[in-house]
Amino acid sequence: MTNRTVLVLLDPAAEVRSSVLELLTIGRDLGRVEVVTLESPSVEALARLGTHGVETVHQAELPAAVRGDARHLPAVVAATLAAAVRRTDADVVLAPSTFAAKEAVALAGHALGAGVIIDAAGVTEDADGRIVGTKRVFAGSWDTTSVVTTDVALLTVRANAVVPKPADAAVATEVEGFAVPVDAPLPAVTQRVPVVRDAARPTLEEAAVVVAGGRGTGGDFGPVEDLADALGAAVGASRDAVFEGWFDRYVGQTGVTVAPRLYIGAGISGAPHHRGGMQASQVIVAVNADPEAPIFEICDFAVVGDLADVLPQAAEVIRAHKAAR
Amino acid sequence: MRIVVLVKYVPDIDADRRFEDCRVVRTPGEGTLNELDENALEAALRIVESLDDDARTAAEVVALTVAPEQGDLALRKAFQMGVDRGVRVSDDALAGSDYAGTAAALAAAVRRLEADGPVDLVITGMAALDGLGSVVPALVAAELGRPALTFAKKVALTDGVLEVVRETDEATETLSAPLPALLSVADTANTPRMPNFKLIMAARTKAIEAWTLADLGLDAALVGDAGARTTTTHAAPRPARPEVELVQDKGSGGKDLAEYLIRHDLV
Ligand SMILES: Cc1cc2nc3c(=O)[nH]c(=O)nc-3n(C[C@H](O)[C@H](O)[C@@H](O)COP(=O)(O)OP(=O)(O)OC[C@H]3O[C@@H](n4cnc5c(N)ncnc54)[C@H](O)[C@@H]3O)c2cc1C
Ligand SMILES: Cc1cc2nc3c(=O)[nH]c(=O)nc-3n(C[C@H](O)[C@H](O)[C@H](O)COP(=O)(O)OP(=O)(O)OC[C@H]3O[C@@H](n4cnc5c(N)ncnc54)[C@H](O)[C@@H]3O)c2cc1C
Repeated sequence: MTNRTVLVLLDPAAEVRSSVLELLTIGRDLGRVEVVTLESPSVEALARLGTHGVETVHQAELPAAVRGDARHLPAVVAATLAAAVRRTDADVVLAPSTFAAKEAVALAGHALGAGVIIDAAGVTEDADGRIVGTKRVFAGSWDTTSVVTTDVALLTVRANAVVPKPADAAVATEVEGFAVPVDAPLPAVTQRVPVVRDAARPTLEEAAVVVAGGRGTGGDFGPVEDLADALGAAVGASRDAVFEGWFDRYVGQTGVTVAPRLYIGAGISGAPHHRGGMQASQVIVAVNADPEAPIFEICDFAVVGDLADVLPQAAEVIRAHKAAR
Repeated sequence: MRIVVLVKYVPDIDADRRFEDCRVVRTPGEGTLNELDENALEAALRIVESLDDDARTAAEVVALTVAPEQGDLALRKAFQMGVDRGVRVSDDALAGSDYAGTAAALAAAVRRLEADGPVDLVITGMAALDGLGSVVPALVAAELGRPALTFAKKVALTDGVLEVVRETDEATETLSAPLPALLSVADTANTPRMPNFKLIMAARTKAIEAWTLADLGLDAALVGDAGARTTTTHAAPRPARPEVELVQDKGSGGKDLAEYLIRHDLV
């Protein structure tokens, strides 16, 4: 542990998601962790931050024009991060790897003249104390290590980089306001409809286990959801299944990139576009009726069979196993 | 209306993509136009096609790439789709550029194009399938001092005002801004057209303008290795996965799957 200050982005601020808990866990290994928000955190969020050792939350005081929906625009979040770094003299900024946070982090790096690593799978320091990001690139087939050569380092970190751990001792968390000037030209946000999250399941971005269905489901995601529920997993799809209107979110290079402990693909052929978004998963399992399906090339375990038979049976055995524990 | 479309030359995702000395190997023949930039080209061409006759005749779509000479391949593909002009920025000093360096070079080239007339719109893809940062569009907008409307799945331009609908992880948003602006389009925004035969023939011989950093008036210290704020120090192929355990479902495939997960402590 050094005397670095590490800022973690919490946006939205109502709940502290597992991806943020992971960042706090990584941050504590690098230095003292503080949090940056664009709105006031909920009471539950503050309590959660306290158990993770966060003493200070820096809450942006934005110009009136960007206090509404516009506050989540990447350029506004970027101005907030840059101002927070200047105010706290922070050394490291960590944010989850969502499309919006990636842009915000890159723009903050631009404003600060600092190095940026997007989609890190791990964050450490080298012998000289410089911040190092590891990445899984080319559809998870290569591992790279990059060093940030500027004093300030900004990184977005993929979910499941570490297992979140609370701090040794809980602390009291204080919220401090700070003024953020925003001078970037912004688009107007004429409408914003927040995504409603399925409270019963983890989100695709953050889940440690993902079960995904493709065209092979023939439109019936029942077996996929059944197995996901047995495993406490998130549900995803291939892009073709989403285009058919069978499900709403897909895994892949242009969809959500996931790297969970376990990915199960059912009725998915394993096109390069899809593989680009899941191949970095630790364990890959596939169920496919075609013994020649390309996804089998990158699997650890595979069943050649009809997913409508295989998935419910697997779910049943898993439920029985859990009940017996 | 003048539109600049940013197109990247990337290793084909079906080819054996790899690093050598911590640099991406960009073997000629295994490189291609970044597939997601076809959506950007399509968006530009549709905007021009929606103009009235006079405005359409006066319109210009310029494809711009920062790449070594092989990058011409990406520009030829853009000509086949119907762009009017192709510009490649190449300079040995650009090697090793990070996000910041790449965006600085692209923005300098857009400014250079502005020397002979305003650029109303810069259009990009949502990501390059090699670096996959998805941050170059926002950075180019910041360099140019323009609003960024990124990851658009629907695009409309009415009376000089651009309106897009996009889905982020958190929300569905409608954003709008008057031109000049920067737009990045998702792969759901449109279906790129097939190259046109007449244009394929013409694309072979169309002139490509090659610019260096000196042509852009850009300080070489700001780009490439010299300007980079991140350095890749190590790159290695991931160890191959062990041979797949493949079972044929003869009535107990689901049980086998569950037992595999239990055995590996994944339940
Ligand atoms: C595997 C890998 C990992 C990398 N990681 C990092 C990192 O963590 N930090 C860092 O600073 N740099 C990194 N780089 C370098 C970075 O990719 C390059 O600076 C650069 O090629 C632009 O980023 P991108 O490929 O991510 O583009 P994206 O931001 O994904 O591209 C989006 C769009 O911008 C346009 N565009 C992007 N590049 C060009 C171009 N050269 N010419 C024309 N249009 C273009 C295209 O329209 C494209 O669709 C990485 C490169 C690779 C290959
Ligand atoms: C620019 C671009 C970007 C793209 N980005 C993405 C992306 O991010 N993510 C993505 O997923 N795709 C993406 N795609 C689409 C991608 O190329 C593939 O078309 C898509 O992934 C295929 O989906 P699928 O596997 O469900 O369907 P298919 O390829 O049709 O495969 C269906 C599989 O189901 C099997 N099957 C059929 N019946 C059964 C059964 N009863 N039980 C078990 N198995 C069965 C079949 O054997 C087959 O292997 C992109 C495409 C483009 C052009």
